[in-house]
Amino acid sequence: MKRLLTIATALTLSLAGSAFAQNTGKLKIGFVYVGPVGDFGYSYQHDQGRQALQKALGDKVETTFLENVPENDSERSIEQLARTGHKLIFTTSFGFMDPTLKVAKRYPNVFFEHATGFKRDKNVATYSAKFHEGRYIIGQIAGKMTKTNTIGYVASFPIPEVVSGINAFIRGAQTVNPNIKVKIVWANTWFDPGKEADAAKALLAQGADIISQHTDSAAPLQEAEKAGKLGFGQASDMERFAPKAQLTSIVDDWSTYYISRAKLVLENKWTSTDTWDGIGDKAVVMAPFKNMPDDVKKMAEETTAAIAGGKLHPFKCPVLDQAGKDQCKPGAAALEDGQILGMNWYVKGIDDKVPQ
Amino acid sequence: MNPDIIELVLITIVTAATPLVIAGVGELVVERSGVLNLGVEGMMIVGAAIGFAAAFLTGSALIGALAAIASGMLMSALFGLLAIGLAANQVASGLALTILGLGTAGLAGAGFVGQKRDSVPHLYIPGLSDLPFVGKLIFGQDPFVYLGVALVAGVAWFLRRTRAGLTLRAVGENHASAHALGMRVRRIRFLAVLFGGACAGLAGGYLSLVYTPFWSPGMTAGRGWIALALVVFASWRPWRVYAGALLFGGATVLQLHAQAASIGLPGQLLSALPYLATILALVVLSARDRRGSIAPGSLGAPFVPDR
Repeated sequence: MKRLLTIATALTLSLAGSAFAQNTGKLKIGFVYVGPVGDFGYSYQHDQGRQALQKALGDKVETTFLENVPENDSERSIEQLARTGHKLIFTTSFGFMDPTLKVAKRYPNVFFEHATGFKRDKNVATYSAKFHEGRYIIGQIAGKMTKTNTIGYVASFPIPEVVSGINAFIRGAQTVNPNIKVKIVWANTWFDPGKEADAAKALLAQGADIISQHTDSAAPLQEAEKAGKLGFGQASDMERFAPKAQLTSIVDDWSTYYISRAKLVLENKWTSTDTWDGIGDKAVVMAPFKNMPDDVKKMAEETTAAIAGGKLHPFKCPVLDQAGKDQCKPGAAALEDGQILGMNWYVKGIDDKVPQ
Repeated sequence: MNPDIIELVLITIVTAATPLVIAGVGELVVERSGVLNLGVEGMMIVGAAIGFAAAFLTGSALIGALAAIASGMLMSALFGLLAIGLAANQVASGLALTILGLGTAGLAGAGFVGQKRDSVPHLYIPGLSDLPFVGKLIFGQDPFVYLGVALVAGVAWFLRRTRAGLTLRAVGENHASAHALGMRVRRIRFLAVLFGGACAGLAGGYLSLVYTPFWSPGMTAGRGWIALALVVFASWRPWRVYAGALLFGGATVLQLHAQAASIGLPGQLLSALPYLATILALVVLSARDRRGSIAPGSLGAPFVPDR
């Protein structure tokens, strides 16, 4: 037993030692994930970005990641990265916001990047992606592909990101199909495959022939495949789970951003910024359009190009709410970013109420 | 609502209840022997990971299910060694088992993330399975559903009607007396713990092989804890575990259908329904069982034989 302990201690020490890497001249970059890299969804996509960064800047950088970091106990994880010589640290979940700022105050020479938050500092930048642009496109596809004019939408929590996604979806659908209805089921979870599948089953039973989801597992899409219906993936390309059902998927691609930020540090040009990239910046990428006729595919590609080129805004004015009132500021061309980031109301055409 | 939807709702309720039933009835046997194993969630998730991995590699769902059972038993053996062999604190050992399970499953399943299998075939009896309304519900489920019912029936019979069952209950009620009578308390408890592990592993396997046939870390999403609560809720009686699982699964599934059918009740209220139903049922049950504590007398107490 004692010998075992000695070995264990030695192992721990050597592991800890490797974190204090010798100064190899490489830029050390750390990542903090809220989930496992194997979730095949949100954290997985961040790790894909890390790997792309490592590949692109190979001999100039050294990357480390910490997975499954609980949001309410993340400060020491972030600090550990800062203490062990990481000069650029990405914290990738909303709940890491305050811990990141706290650690950043203690390490003024380290650059921090926080995803999906809104608090910045001299050495803390923020970044997120315009997922609603993708939702507009899949709404259009759904509008064309549905035969029952009923779409099932498995939603997670009534937060602005999800509500603006639902609104963008129906606005896209309405452009091609004015009779379309969206049935929304709140699963009240980000990740529970069994419950997400049951929610999809309920929607299919109510006549939905296309399933859209804003929860993280592949279960709803897989349910659509089982029922011989159609659906969309979430966060990553889930085609392999539903080769016959997946029309496309809204894929988060963080690699471009990660590479550009690392380059800025290498060139000593890093500054604190707020980045909200969309399809035009390749932060949101549509998985290949499949299982649809050529004319629908062409339409989807054209819409993608129009959004990428800035010619089309998912919340182009007028944007009518359920009561029929235009929510645009007078003279505005589209809703302001702040209005989208704080959205807690449905647009006209949704026959439901946002849970309060 | 048309009959087809009602049948579908009932089928979904039964399948949603099945993992809770299998894990719950296993834990019931463990607790009736006087041991509290809080590691159900950990054993379930390991069963889900190993079960999927084995089925994926061999292409056989049966081997997957057997591997899930074996991995659950292995985990429970570790718990048994600590909690029974070394008489360690059962609560702490059980919690440690859950944490260990979540980590081990993530590690073992890492290579299988993003893979999928087809679900197992459902029962089909020509004629019977085509009956309107009840056909698919009674004669067209997946094998695990029938296994769940059989397990409950078997455990109920075992505890009530067999000598071994009586021994197990005696050990759970008062381990000192049972020991004085010459019963091998630790051996009986260890076997009960192994049975509980097998059931929890199988319940996890059900999730990754049948319910949502893929592996993803954290996919049990707290079902192990619900199974644990069900045992208390059922006042340690097998058929009540089944009823409780149906009630809980039913409330969960019904609220999803109520939302999809736009019944117009707020989503949060509907989501809270399963828990409200649970509290209500608990109140009714404990009002009836006022006469005394219904928990096994030695539940959670470590046993060290005095010589």
